[in-house]
This record gives sequence, structure tokens and C-alpha cells, in this order.
Amino acid sequence: MMGTQELHDRRTTASSSEPERLERGAEHSGSLTAFARGRRRELAVAAVAAIVIALLPLGIHDVYLQNVLVLTLMYAALSQSWNILGGYCGQISLGHAIYFGIGAYTSTLLYTHAGLTPWFGMLMGGTLAALVALGLGYPFFRLRGHYFTIATIVVAETGLLLVLNWDFAGGAEGIQIPYGPDSWAHLQFARDKLPYIYFALGLAVLAWLVTFAIEDSKWGYWWRAVKDNAEAAESLGVVVFRSKMAAAALSAFFTAIAGSFYAAFVSYIDPDSVMGFQLSLLIALPAVLGGIGTLWGPALGALVLIPLTELTRSYFGGSGSGVDLIIYGVLIMVIALARPEGLMSLFGRRRKSRRGP
Amino acid sequence: MSPPLLEVRNLTRRFGGLVANSDVSLTVAEGEILGLIGPNGAGKSTLFNLIAGLFRPSAGSIVFAGRDITRLAAPARCALGIARTFQVVRSFDSMSVVENVVVGALMRRAGARQARHKALETLALTGLARRAGAPAVELTPPEKRRLEIARALATEPKLLLLDEALAGLTPSEAREGVELVRQIRDHGVTIVMVEHVMEVVMPLVDRAVVLDLGKVIAQGLPSELVRNEKVIEAYLGARHRAA
Repeated sequence: MMGTQELHDRRTTASSSEPERLERGAEHSGSLTAFARGRRRELAVAAVAAIVIALLPLGIHDVYLQNVLVLTLMYAALSQSWNILGGYCGQISLGHAIYFGIGAYTSTLLYTHAGLTPWFGMLMGGTLAALVALGLGYPFFRLRGHYFTIATIVVAETGLLLVLNWDFAGGAEGIQIPYGPDSWAHLQFARDKLPYIYFALGLAVLAWLVTFAIEDSKWGYWWRAVKDNAEAAESLGVVVFRSKMAAAALSAFFTAIAGSFYAAFVSYIDPDSVMGFQLSLLIALPAVLGGIGTLWGPALGALVLIPLTELTRSYFGGSGSGVDLIIYGVLIMVIALARPEGLMSLFGRRRKSRRGP
Repeated sequence: MSPPLLEVRNLTRRFGGLVANSDVSLTVAEGEILGLIGPNGAGKSTLFNLIAGLFRPSAGSIVFAGRDITRLAAPARCALGIARTFQVVRSFDSMSVVENVVVGALMRRAGARQARHKALETLALTGLARRAGAPAVELTPPEKRRLEIARALATEPKLLLLDEALAGLTPSEAREGVELVRQIRDHGVTIVMVEHVMEVVMPLVDRAVVLDLGKVIAQGLPSELVRNEKVIEAYLGARHRAA
């Protein structure tokens, strides 16, 4: 067999004139450097954004606003993780709360019962969530489209019921993490929000960097191919099932890490707050709002959605009123009608033609 | 004579009560362009998809480069050196043109960087270099056909299966397409092409296999086939049969 590269070389030496060959070479390296330049620009933008956010707390002393900042960063990280499976690989999960809950419960139980640091619990939670994602993916990735989504909802709800009835884990009452002295080892800061802000920022940056690396990796291309057309992907050597499994495991891992962080941040977890359906929605929504399957979509979506949610909650009082749910609904409808590709499409980077049928 | 690159042995495929392919046997020699022709509903696409691995035969076997691939899934066949295009183009529309081809190039390249390099080379070969950065959805229909071919070629196949790659093109576009297919063969890639329109394929192929109602009714040189009674009957149909 003869590789096309070899063939191409032979062809160019055989049939092309010298200037023509040079031109073609220049064209290649031209597009390659343009691509590399684009990548470096993304990194620069991210670095600037991270620095600006890192400086924000110096000017924000209000505890409530600091709280909103932590949550915004956490949801940016969460939605970025969700985006790996939902956005890039095209497998829409509305049950990611189960991975969040696994993270929250694993680190909290290991801490309260065995005295293990949440840092270790976080890794255990992430690993456990990834394993659960693989176990669920094995049957579920045989389902297509809406059926897959429905299955994720059902499993997350089942998980919620199991934890509600699990006495060792506090059942419906949940678990209170006992107060200790402020310490990075225990991720406990009773009087200071600053460490949480930086931890959440680190998490968001990590999730962004992972996505950034994925975008120009074998998995990244394979996942998008699977999303766009699974049969065509298979004909090009992409093992579709394995691709979905890998995306699910990675996505669940980071979702659970954020769950462990959340438990340490609020010091109290109960099944509804860390495994409820509303949480699954809130994990997916920033990516949908910002631009599904894009590098910046989840962060942008979180930046808009989370402050909005928190403000309406404080304005209308409590999370029980359901006003935030109405806002999600309206936002989804507006996006679906006006900008199905999300807010990122406003920036015109991934330009798409709107040619009629 | 060297053994054939592809050997299809007594292939049968049923869809419920419908027998789409019945006892089909054929061989493809290394370096040739084989045409798979026949009227609508002859079973060309079924046979094509059986060879590409989209579905499994009900009976019979397929041997590629000396290996029985009857039970292999499509990705494994791609790894062995079989690539295909689709009758209805299936570009990856959330990606750019070059990214589409990168997916194919990753078959034999571990790193994204090398794959991108390979993809750009393949685009130059297929005349799409200028469109490398464009979103795949923005391509014209003939460009999309080329993109499918580029994507398949980037996997560095020994055997390229073209499913009506020239259908729906204007005469001048079709001529360019024919030229591209010849170039690809000249680079050492064996080609099996399904075509519906005889005028397009006959001057291009070395040999053709004619299917009708799921069976091979004739095979040989194009010049022989156009005079073959059975072939004429299959294409022109009822009038001859009634006589």
C-alpha cells in the first residue's frame, strides 16, 4: 500500500513546477501557523480573564457578592465539564446531578467518618463518578437522542431516591460538616470566602484548559464527528461507543470534583441540594445559553445565568418560589428562537451560514 | 496473477422478506477501477454497504487483502484500509473543512498536529486547499462531494469505495470528478464505484459488474457490457422482456 502523503510527494516532484510546489508548501504552513496563532490568542484571552477575576475580590468585600462569584465560577466549571459530553460528543445528559452528588457525598462521608482530607475525597469522588458514568454508559450509549436523555433523567432521580433513604449518609436530613479551624488541608474557611473564590477559579480554569486541550486532540475531533454523524465517523475509523464512554467518564470526573468543592463550600449537604433535577438543569443550562460545544460558551453562559438566578432568588426570596425556574424557561425559549447556537454566535467566531432549505 | 485485493463470496442479504443481494460474488484486483452498476433497486447500495461494514450479510463472506472481514465492524475495516463516501453526503457540519479531514487523518496519525498537516495535504490533492478554513456547511454540493473523498483519502486506504460520487453534478463538474478519480487511482488506490448513470462510469472504469434484482447479471469490460443483451434488458426493461 502506498500512503497518500508519499503519493502526493511523488506527484508534486513529478508533475508540479518548482514555484507551484513552493506555493503549496507555503499554503500549508500558512494555515498551520494561522491555526497556532488562533490557539495562542484563546490562551491569552483566558489568562487575562483569569487574572481579572483573581483581582475582583480585592474590590468586592460584600459576602453576598463573593458568594455569587464563587457560584458563578463553580457553574462555569460544571457546565464546562457537562459540555465535554453534551456539547462536543453530542450526548445530552440531564442527569449530571448524580455525578455532582457522588462527588459531594464521597468527600463528605470520607471526611466526617474517616477524617480523610477533602482533597483525597475529591479524587475518590471523581474516580467513583467516572466509574459510574462508564457503568451507565454501557447500556445507555446504545440509546439514541432523546432516549439517552430520558435515561439520564431517570437514573439521576433513582439515585436521589436511594440517597434519600440511605441512613448512613444522613437520609433526607443530609450531613453537616463539623466546623473546625480554617485550613487548606480541610478546605474549611468559616470566616473567609477568598480561598473558596480562588479554589473555584482554579476549578473553572482547569475545566477550561481541559476543554482547550481536547479541542485540538484526537478525542476532540472524534467526539465532534460522533455528534455530527456517527455513521460517517465509523467509516473513518472512529469507534463511536468507546468515544462516548471516554467523554462520559471525563465529564463525570470533573462534575464530581465540583460537587466535592460545593460540599466543602456550604458545609452542609442534603440529597435535594446536591442531586436534585433542578441541579441537572443548572449544570446544562449555561452551556446551552452560551453556546453548546464551544470553548467559551459555558463560562459566558454561567456569567449571565448565575448572577441572574441569585439576584432573583434574593429579590423574590428563597428558592422555593419557582421564579428562577420561570426565568430558565424564558431564557431557553429566547435562545431557541433567536440564537439556537448560543451567545457565542454573537461573536461570529464559528460563523455559520443561514442558508434556507 | 496476484490474489485479488477484495473478494466477495456468495453474499446474500435479506431485509425481512426482501432479498436485496442474492448469492453475489465478485473480485477486485489491486489498482483497478471497478464499476458497480445497475438500475434503481438493483442492490448496488446494499452490496456497497456490506463491503463497507455498515451492515452484516445474511450469508456469504468478504475477504480483504487475504483476511476474512465478514464480521468486522466499519472502524476495523477502515483500519485495514477500506474507506468510503456516502451517497447522501455526510459532512461534519459543526467543523471546518480541514477539521473534517483531520478526523480521517487521525486514523494513521496519533497527534492532532501531524493529522492537520496530513489533512491539508489531502485537501491540496483534492482541490479544496482554498476552502480549508471554511465551515463545512458552507460548501457547494460538488465541494461537499470532494470533501467526502478527501476525508476518506486521509485515512490512507488501499481500497476506496465511492457511492455515486458523481451523481447530481453538472457535466463539467462530473468531468473534474472523473479526473480526480483517475488521479487517486494513479496514486495506487484501488477503487470500487457505484454509479447509476452509465455514460459517466463506462469511460472511467476498467471493469464493471452489473447488478439487477440483487443478482450479478454480467461483468466484464465496459465495451463488452454495453452490447450485452442482459444488461440492455435490465436497463431498458419491460419491452424486451415482453418480447
